[in-house]
Amino acid sequence: MAVLTRARPRAGRRRAPGVRNRDGWWAAFFLAPQVVALAVFLVFPLGFAVVLAFMRWDGLGRKEWAGLDNFAAQLSDPEFGLAVWNTVKLALLTVPVGLALALLIAVALNNVRGGSFYRVLYFMPVVTSSVAVALMWQIILAGDENGVLNNTLRSWFGLNPPDWLGDTGWVIVAIAVVTIWSSLGLNVVIFLAGLQTIPPQIVEAARMDGAGSLRIFRSVTLPLLSPTIFFSTVVAVISSFQAFDQIYVLVRPEDNEGARTIVYQVYELGFKDFEFGMSSAAALILLVLTLLVTLVQFAAQKRLVHYDS
Amino acid sequence: MRLRQAALHAALTAGGLAMVFPFVWMLLTSFKGVRQMLNSPLDWLPHPWRWQNYPDALAAMPFGTAYWNSFYIAALNVTLTLLTSAMAAYAFARIRFRGSGVLFVVFLATQMVPAQVTIVPLYLMLARFGWIDSHLSLILPSVANPFAVFLLRQFIRAVPVELEEAARIDGAGRWRCFWNVVLPNIRPGLGALGIIAFLASWNSFFFPLIFLNSPELATVPLLLSQFSGQHTAVDYGLILAGSAIAVVPTLIAFLFGQRKIINSMAASGLGGR
Repeated sequence: MAVLTRARPRAGRRRAPGVRNRDGWWAAFFLAPQVVALAVFLVFPLGFAVVLAFMRWDGLGRKEWAGLDNFAAQLSDPEFGLAVWNTVKLALLTVPVGLALALLIAVALNNVRGGSFYRVLYFMPVVTSSVAVALMWQIILAGDENGVLNNTLRSWFGLNPPDWLGDTGWVIVAIAVVTIWSSLGLNVVIFLAGLQTIPPQIVEAARMDGAGSLRIFRSVTLPLLSPTIFFSTVVAVISSFQAFDQIYVLVRPEDNEGARTIVYQVYELGFKDFEFGMSSAAALILLVLTLLVTLVQFAAQKRLVHYDS
Repeated sequence: MRLRQAALHAALTAGGLAMVFPFVWMLLTSFKGVRQMLNSPLDWLPHPWRWQNYPDALAAMPFGTAYWNSFYIAALNVTLTLLTSAMAAYAFARIRFRGSGVLFVVFLATQMVPAQVTIVPLYLMLARFGWIDSHLSLILPSVANPFAVFLLRQFIRAVPVELEEAARIDGAGRWRCFWNVVLPNIRPGLGALGIIAFLASWNSFFFPLIFLNSPELATVPLLLSQFSGQHTAVDYGLILAGSAIAVVPTLIAFLFGQRKIINSMAASGLGGR
């Protein structure tokens, strides 16, 4: 083994001289399938989307240069403004509540004996089809007598609850609840995996110094878990910006404007109105919004996230 | 200490009930008839139990075909993703070539682009290929998977280089090293990725909704959505029998592999989102 090590001058270069110049070919060979797939199915469509966003085209007639018209039309359309606002509202509702709940549950699971049974329960929605999840929640939240929630609130408590899915204000809350419910388990197990990397000696040391449970959570657990929390926040914001399935099945936003999000706008403009240019413009606005929010989060993490040096 | 354990168990059980209730309610409702739907206060249990909803749901929609479609699409997608992303990961982890760093950054950057941004151009392109209303539109585009390359690269870097060197001295070429030395050593990574990719494909709804038209080509989630659209708000019993047909087999499979599935998704962090 020692001979072998001496035979290669630098780590990474590990074959006899003369063979090395074939490496480029081997790299190309190994990379080709993914590079081709990525170029054809991701990079090219992205470029195409940028071009389309500046065109007027319904897929059949002639393509016409439209300049910034599509963007201007979208940004001045009250429907699109509503979609942006709903998208932001959904993220503000799902991300903090969903992650805080997941963190609480993960900490509880980390301190309890026999936690793997609960882990399975909380994870069940994660593996379940989003369409089925939406249908299951539809019969819970429905405003008429079908909805078990309102039926119970009325007959047991004499309340007069709103129509969660029909009301323009409440519908985004209903969607947020379903979204939190279905992604909770994933965040729980990610946090749990993070918690289990915290060395018990550190917690023990803090306890010896007289720190109570709350103090340990605030001063030991949270800082050590903050990279995981940060990562989950970024992912949760992005996926809430992309939420589509549960909205499409739970409420058709053409029936309830309160459920219209940017993604739904992209879908409707593209595949119902066949306004490909408009749809691409809306999609690019979503992309820019996603990038901006992610950048802000990365800027904020410098102050909030603790990395071991 | 014991009191704290009890309190934690009580809280976790309450949360667990909230997780299970929608599933239980789906099953209970799936046995109810139309007339039992609108009672107030509502009937918690079906009365009488209407088993007929299940044969009716199966007769109304080709669930068997949809299961086969979902399964073989997911299986092909997983196979292609594992093979191609392991190859690319091997190149990034083990071969020195010009532009390796830049190309890797490009890979990571494309991961940021949401599927909805490219959906219109992708649709137009696939229409040109003649792949709309064909399963090719679901199998091939999702093979492009920078996250998978990134994940497997981490696993390959953890395999000792000496193993490969020993194989090379025995005369093995690049491909033999990759296939016979590296791949067997990253089996846990391949397993985790396989599970994530399978679930992502199995539950995918957005692409099938846009790319498929014919009912006999539908995957399970798409069929379920079409099924519920046809029976709007009238016959919840039937719709939820359909949901149960779509959900229960997946849940049973999950219960058998739960440890592996949960650990895979926890370890890779990003999960199937």
